[in-house]
Amino acid sequence: MKQKGTLRLIRIFFAGFFFIGITLLLLDTSGVLYRYLSWIAKLQFLPAVLAVNLSIVLPLLALTLLFGRFYCSTLCPLGVWQDVVSHCADKQTPHRFRYSHNKKWLRLFFLCVALVGIFSSLNILLSLLAPYSIWGRIVTHVFQPLWGYLTQIISHIEQHFELYYTFPREVYLKSLVGLISSLFFLLIISLLAWKKGRVWCNEVCPVGTVLGYTAKFALFKPSIDYKKCIGCKKCERNCKASCINIKAHKVDYSRCVDCFNCISQCPVGAISYASTWKIKPQKQSDTASKPDMKRRALLTSLAVALPAQALAQKVDGGLTLLEKKKTPERKVVPVPAGSVSIDNMEKRCTACGLCVSKCPAQVLKPSTELHNLMQTTMTFDKGYCRPECTVCSQVCPTGAILKITPEEKSAIHIGHAVWIKESCLPFAEGESCGNCARHCPVGAIRMVKISDSGLSGKGAPDENLRIPLVNESRCIGCGACEHYCPTRPLSSIYVEGHLQHRID
Amino acid sequence: MNRREFIKTSLLASSALALSSCIRGGFKTGSDTQKAMEMRTDSHGTAVSLLGYGCMRWPTIPPQKGQEDKREIDQEMVNRLVDYALENGVNYFDTAPVYCQGQSEKATATALLRHPRNSYLIATKLSNQNGDKTLSEGQKMFENSLSIFQTDHIDYLLLHNLGGEEAFKERFLDNGLLDWLMEQRKKGRIRNLGFSFHGAPAGFDAILNWHEKVHWDFVQIQMNYIDWKHAGQSGSWQGKRAANAEYLYGKLAEKDIPVVIMEPLLGGRLANLPEGPTQRLKKREPELSVASWAFRFSGSFPKVLTILSGMTYMEHLQDNIETFSHFRPLSEEDKSFLEETARMILNFPLIDCTDCQYCMPCPYGINIPRIFAHYNHCVNEDYIPQDSTSKDYREKRRAYLIHYDRIVPRERQAGHCIQCGECLKHCPQQIDIPKMMQKIDRYTEKLRRENPAEI
Repeated sequence: MKQKGTLRLIRIFFAGFFFIGITLLLLDTSGVLYRYLSWIAKLQFLPAVLAVNLSIVLPLLALTLLFGRFYCSTLCPLGVWQDVVSHCADKQTPHRFRYSHNKKWLRLFFLCVALVGIFSSLNILLSLLAPYSIWGRIVTHVFQPLWGYLTQIISHIEQHFELYYTFPREVYLKSLVGLISSLFFLLIISLLAWKKGRVWCNEVCPVGTVLGYTAKFALFKPSIDYKKCIGCKKCERNCKASCINIKAHKVDYSRCVDCFNCISQCPVGAISYASTWKIKPQKQSDTASKPDMKRRALLTSLAVALPAQALAQKVDGGLTLLEKKKTPERKVVPVPAGSVSIDNMEKRCTACGLCVSKCPAQVLKPSTELHNLMQTTMTFDKGYCRPECTVCSQVCPTGAILKITPEEKSAIHIGHAVWIKESCLPFAEGESCGNCARHCPVGAIRMVKISDSGLSGKGAPDENLRIPLVNESRCIGCGACEHYCPTRPLSSIYVEGHLQHRID
Repeated sequence: MNRREFIKTSLLASSALALSSCIRGGFKTGSDTQKAMEMRTDSHGTAVSLLGYGCMRWPTIPPQKGQEDKREIDQEMVNRLVDYALENGVNYFDTAPVYCQGQSEKATATALLRHPRNSYLIATKLSNQNGDKTLSEGQKMFENSLSIFQTDHIDYLLLHNLGGEEAFKERFLDNGLLDWLMEQRKKGRIRNLGFSFHGAPAGFDAILNWHEKVHWDFVQIQMNYIDWKHAGQSGSWQGKRAANAEYLYGKLAEKDIPVVIMEPLLGGRLANLPEGPTQRLKKREPELSVASWAFRFSGSFPKVLTILSGMTYMEHLQDNIETFSHFRPLSEEDKSFLEETARMILNFPLIDCTDCQYCMPCPYGINIPRIFAHYNHCVNEDYIPQDSTSKDYREKRRAYLIHYDRIVPRERQAGHCIQCGECLKHCPQQIDIPKMMQKIDRYTEKLRRENPAEI
């Protein structure tokens, strides 16, 4: 069989494609790539499970039953990242692995933790363990700022040549918790990968555990022909999953990620990837791993049963310093149109950060509240949620934000504007303004003279000035008024979210 | 070209550019041009260089984040510019207490004081238009200028930015400031007393009528080949249309008053013209810069004493010295050619902003001159698509939005203008700034809306 390097090369090709694709999808700020790449995020296992997207979950499970845990070596960006780190470590200390025992209980423990995360309100447990979301956060919080600086540099260079390809992206701290936790995860996982290969995937990752125990029954598996084996241990020493026990000529298929390094390493071609039908009876007929029916039931239920889920004189020039806008304390922080309700968002969102990094108006932001830590919420200090824009609903892989059209979006009320009289310019400074009304895309704000309102005679400095009246039933909660309100640090008009989005 | 190639070539190109500018930037000694600087004489027989240095646009050091309110002048560079200018025969330096956030006088003085007092002429202003208009405040301002320049006399003192008789009365007549200034002139502490003017013909006539009593030694007006016959063309607020330079100059020449020219380039706009007019000027004089035409226009009038140019960069200074050292006045044919060019330029919907910064700081943080600069740049470069069916719509839309974000941060863009109208009081070009802000914001919003994913 001429398998030696080809299988590995095929694996690397797919891994490279998906890894670069998904990372670019997360990084890209041009607003173009997501149209071609968002399908990759939708192939991700856990998001698909949360979205109850059976057309993805079932084929993935079926393919795993056929070919083993190929998913972990090609589709999972966090897995591929570990392979990259591990590969670099190989250069320094080659042949550094050694067989280790399967830490079954540890894996089950983390799986349970993830399940608790799915079925309870402690969604954070799931987001902390979901591999795609971890990678999403790492890219969004750690790599995207670097990317932002890069676009600024490129844009700066382009400016000299009157070229307009690159938008200079503003770099700002989206969430301190996000940055710190992402750095922490990046460091820990990279370090583990450097020292021990795929230990994260085989001891912690819940997706790894589910797919691993599915892969035990795979049709195609790498197997060792003990007759050919010369016991050089090259395969074992190069198995980053530490799942080859060469003494027993056995592979622990629940941990093997189908990287095929062993096949290309074996000097005598004793390892082959073939249908189990062809596998020769092994020397030591061991305690064949019997399928644990209870566990299997659990796993299938996981796949199916998820729907539950100035100087004295004024001088010329200069700029007025602008105080940074603060986010108002909202009773309900709104979530984007398409997420149906706050509940749905909190149940489905795995905090991967894809929508956050794709949001062209920089409205989406990871939450800093404990109950929905790092899940997507909205803020309007950098922009407002354009009625014409549906990017987040198109990229969300978990069903936390369902797909909607711009027409639908303009009829979805995610919140409503609330006016604060005391700080509003006509009251606070006797200055006319009307910026909220001018920018309201649905005409929900009308300006009326104070003297024509019930506030006449209530201490306004000039009753001829106009104040905004909000028609809450027309307001869709886009935040344009809050964004363009000139009072700082708190806007005098702000959005209160709706627990349940309304459509009319 | 893929991204990597693009980056490679652009890096290469930019480093090559940097290198070449280093070579070109090596400052010439100037001895070859010194003798040729075009000179004129004022009412007292003093020789004045036809190129005057406008000190309103000194180079600044880029501010750090969170300190955009105060821009520090790059003194090192100012010194080099002033040295080079003096070396090449420029001897008229025009500043004002309010320029460059009030730092211009100091920066100019710091550079000039390194040279003998008789090698330069100081022009500064009484800028009491914004604050206290009492006599004592005015006196203080004048004395302060003297002490900054460490001198006992100002060569040219201007009543700053007069727009009509009303302001003239309020700022200089009723408080007795003008009488006091005339007294100082008698004492020799002011050598020439004049005023700078922006406004309508009636206001100009009213102030000029005081000539018999005051005897204006010089008057500073805005003049260039656009304003000659088409001042305030692109609309103004309150319906006050600025006076044509032809009218202003004619009146002054009639009374034999020397004329100082400001805005000969309209804040650099006549150096950066749309492609058509640029080609037209270049074709006629391939070796001359576009800017030189504007200087030659103003310099062709005999009563013009000096032409102020706010030269921020050494290249501007060098190009201008070149223009004024081998000064060739325009022929009548050239003038009518320029008038035709002016008509061409007026077909473009450019905004009259000359980046004088009088409107700044906007209390709501809007960067007004930069927004106008962005808009004018896009007009010049044809980046303003009418609608999504127009030719090259995608590219133009992209260029417009990227250029906007590059030069104006989002929180200082036009959408944040609350239409308070504070700026209207200050704009010498009488641009209806709030209205323009709305217009630009609406247009930008329209572009952004048309493809919300790419903004």
